Amino acid sequence: MAFIPHTAADVQHMLQTIGAESIDALFDEIPQSLRIQGLEGIPPGLSEMEIGRLMSERARLDGRPLSFLGAGAYEHHIPAAVWAITTRGEFYSAYTPYQAEASQGTLQLIHEYQTMITSLTGLEVSNASLYDGGSAVAEAALMAVRAHRKSRSLRLLIPSTVNPSYRRVVQSTAGNQGVQFDTVPYLRESGCIDPAALEAYSGQDITALVIQQPNFFGQLEDVDRLTDWAHAQGMLVIAVVNPTSLAVLKPPGEWGTRGADICVGEGQPLGVPLSSGGPYFGFMTTRMEYVRSMPGRIVGRTVDLEGRPGYTLTLQAREQHIRRGKATSNICTNQGLLMTAATIYMTLVGPAGLARVAESCMARTAELVSTLGQIKGVRVAFAGSRFHEAVVLLDRPAAAVLRQLEAQGILGGVDLAADYPELGPAVLVCATETKTAGDLDRYVGALRHALEAA
Amino acid sequence: MNQILEKSIFEYSQPGRGALAQHPPGDDAAVLETLPSALRRRTPPRLPEVSELDAVRHFTRLSQLNFSIDTNFYPLGSCTMKYNPKACNQYAMLPEFLARHPLAPDTQGQGFLSCMFELQEMLKEVTGMKAVSLNPMAGAHGEFAGVAMIRAYHRARGDLARNEIIVPEAAHGTNPATATMCGCVVKEIPVDAQGDVDLDALAKAVGPNTAGIMLTNPSTLGVFERKIEAVAKLVHGAGGLLYYDGANLNAILGKVRPGDMGFDVIHMNLHKTFSTPHGGGGPGAGAVGVSARLEPFLPVPVVAREGSAYRWLSEADRPQSIGRLSAFMGNAGVLLRAYVYMRMLGREGMSRVGEFATLNANYLMARLREAGFDLAYPTRRASHEFIITLKRQARELNVTAMDVAKRLLDYGFHAPTTYFPLLVPECLLIEPTETESRETLDAFIEAMVAILGEAQTDAARLKGAPYTLPVRRLDDVRAAKQLELTWKPVNSAA
Repeated sequence: MAFIPHTAADVQHMLQTIGAESIDALFDEIPQSLRIQGLEGIPPGLSEMEIGRLMSERARLDGRPLSFLGAGAYEHHIPAAVWAITTRGEFYSAYTPYQAEASQGTLQLIHEYQTMITSLTGLEVSNASLYDGGSAVAEAALMAVRAHRKSRSLRLLIPSTVNPSYRRVVQSTAGNQGVQFDTVPYLRESGCIDPAALEAYSGQDITALVIQQPNFFGQLEDVDRLTDWAHAQGMLVIAVVNPTSLAVLKPPGEWGTRGADICVGEGQPLGVPLSSGGPYFGFMTTRMEYVRSMPGRIVGRTVDLEGRPGYTLTLQAREQHIRRGKATSNICTNQGLLMTAATIYMTLVGPAGLARVAESCMARTAELVSTLGQIKGVRVAFAGSRFHEAVVLLDRPAAAVLRQLEAQGILGGVDLAADYPELGPAVLVCATETKTAGDLDRYVGALRHALEAA
Repeated sequence: MNQILEKSIFEYSQPGRGALAQHPPGDDAAVLETLPSALRRRTPPRLPEVSELDAVRHFTRLSQLNFSIDTNFYPLGSCTMKYNPKACNQYAMLPEFLARHPLAPDTQGQGFLSCMFELQEMLKEVTGMKAVSLNPMAGAHGEFAGVAMIRAYHRARGDLARNEIIVPEAAHGTNPATATMCGCVVKEIPVDAQGDVDLDALAKAVGPNTAGIMLTNPSTLGVFERKIEAVAKLVHGAGGLLYYDGANLNAILGKVRPGDMGFDVIHMNLHKTFSTPHGGGGPGAGAVGVSARLEPFLPVPVVAREGSAYRWLSEADRPQSIGRLSAFMGNAGVLLRAYVYMRMLGREGMSRVGEFATLNANYLMARLREAGFDLAYPTRRASHEFIITLKRQARELNVTAMDVAKRLLDYGFHAPTTYFPLLVPECLLIEPTETESRETLDAFIEAMVAILGEAQTDAARLKGAPYTLPVRRLDDVRAAKQLELTWKPVNSAA
């Protein structure tokens, strides 16, 4: 029996000890009318050899196209050591470290993670991960409502330069508690938040302003001015950031005069494979003064009976298993293994390596954008500084062009037609450090061909 | 054990050191000159500067400070710590699966999507539900989806007053926390002396404001809720819906299905029942299943098959959906692991899960009772788990459930769940799972007997446990009072 070690003699002995006639008799408290006699809809079992073959066939169907997709998930080199260690059984098959003495490895690693991610974001405290970037923004919105004691409005400003998927997750998560979101438009010239539109909210009771940097279009917002404006209005500032970019961009803790109050983001770029969208992890950091409003697990350093240092989960009175209906969130299981991978990734690349990755991404995207801009029928949508993504405008429907590129084995970008129809045919493109000059040439050649052919 | 403590990775760090093989080729630093100086970082982040070997050795040593399923018996009640087959990990990590971008077109993902579609179908079959969405990323996330769907259902019918969620007092903390997160009011009801829901209390609790009830079955007390049909009738009669918390689905796999019991919506913990790893805290996957009337409200995306092709259904296809719960489509890689597990077990293996999980629990319960431990529900069958209470030992010998739990660590066994459910004093909730052999269970029983002996002759020995782990009992009060949430250099003034 797959993964069940019992011999017939074991079963006999165990039933005798229990005093039951058969295994079936152990289910005698379940009303007979509810019992089923098997699961005919499930196919027969497969050996490991058979499932191996089946999965390899399925994987082949997915292919390995050359991808210029980003929009919240990014292709990066992942050091071999990251997953070699992350999948060690001692990390992979351990439970949540509630029994601290038997979980010092996981606990110390989380503490090291908290140190790295707080330094990267320039804030004081971190939790041990949330589900993903989208859900982290939703949790940040709910946290802002709890933490901002003077604001009664349950209203947040979320500019349209925030990833539309994140905005949808925020709506479906925080909307249930009556939190409302106003969308602030962007400027067509810069692809950044329209300051005049923002000014219309001046003087109103609003809980927080959300700022994504780099924003969904890859453009860099004027984070100092936005942060100071929001604070002057009595709002909290929620920063949504890409962790790779923080090797070279100003950390949220230093935005404006006082810094952002809550920082969240998608941790996937830090050593987590794309894997069709998950598992990734959301990160969240904040000021010490808001630590008790933060959702999720937190690890603290302490001492044992003999005064030796050790690590344990702390401030658990915020969490559902203690506070039940009054907890800061219902989150229990988080994305611990991905946080583990990210900690090993950040250790291996170090501060210099992460900066090199960020610079390489910026340089490859800059090269791609400047070459694409020279193709007839292609225009770069926005002026100004950007990180590793850009919006390019086409002279014909993007979907058809992207299909032509796909036929050449190239995923040419994310079609923005559904979320930003006002842009006309528009594609969000991304080039990371994984792209060579040859890859960029291939893309440019294929796009030129596609646009000239028709 | 008794390993030497591993120092912090930051103590290995030396300025100028690094794992240079991991740096991208070329020097692109000039590109930073295109950035306005106000947007640039001024001081580098505090990340370790270590060689690759330093990093590998450090994190490998840290791993060795952990208990895990791969190294220890882990009878943690309510958590289903069964063996996580290596094949599930290997085949979910095939290069094409790992490289696939979440926004790649469906045409570049027919292999992945076919696995997801078949997983939806298999989960429908084992739960008896009409439709499944794979989106939620953990059990509590699935609970959120479920309660949000219940609310959306009532609202769509113009039934706006229904905002109360009924929860038995023994429920997991996530149940009331979820109800609150969905903007509902929580009403707790008691269970009777036999561990079943108190039907009189339920009858008084339901009414025109009832949105639904959240139940785990078998319950968190380790017993099957025998009055489930009466509960369903009462709640449905009052216009409410039934939510099934799938935390204990392992106990009944292949024996009875939530859909047949009358539940309208359920979540499954794929990291429990379908053996995806717990990962030291996550990731999980909390797929949700629903009856026909809730299908329009399922979170998107959902995989559909059209002819021989697979595609994601989104908001346009499901206008009544409660929406998106993740930026993309949930924990895809976890779902692939569950798919491999279910295909390997197949229909025969799936039914045996519930059978042998239950056999192991009842065997352990019988032997521990015989050894002098008190059962919380002595007249009941164990489901896949059961509760012993140390109330008597606490009174007579002054040893607590925590003491026994900590001493078990010295014997090389992970502790059972302690002090949950809250209504049983000094309790240990024990769940052996089906993947453990009779010899392992016998060794655990011997350890429990030995600890009971120590409690009678040398209770102080238990109070000081554990002795053989990397650390002794930790000062939790100090941890919460003197918050040290990040590493700081010893001589730092900060």
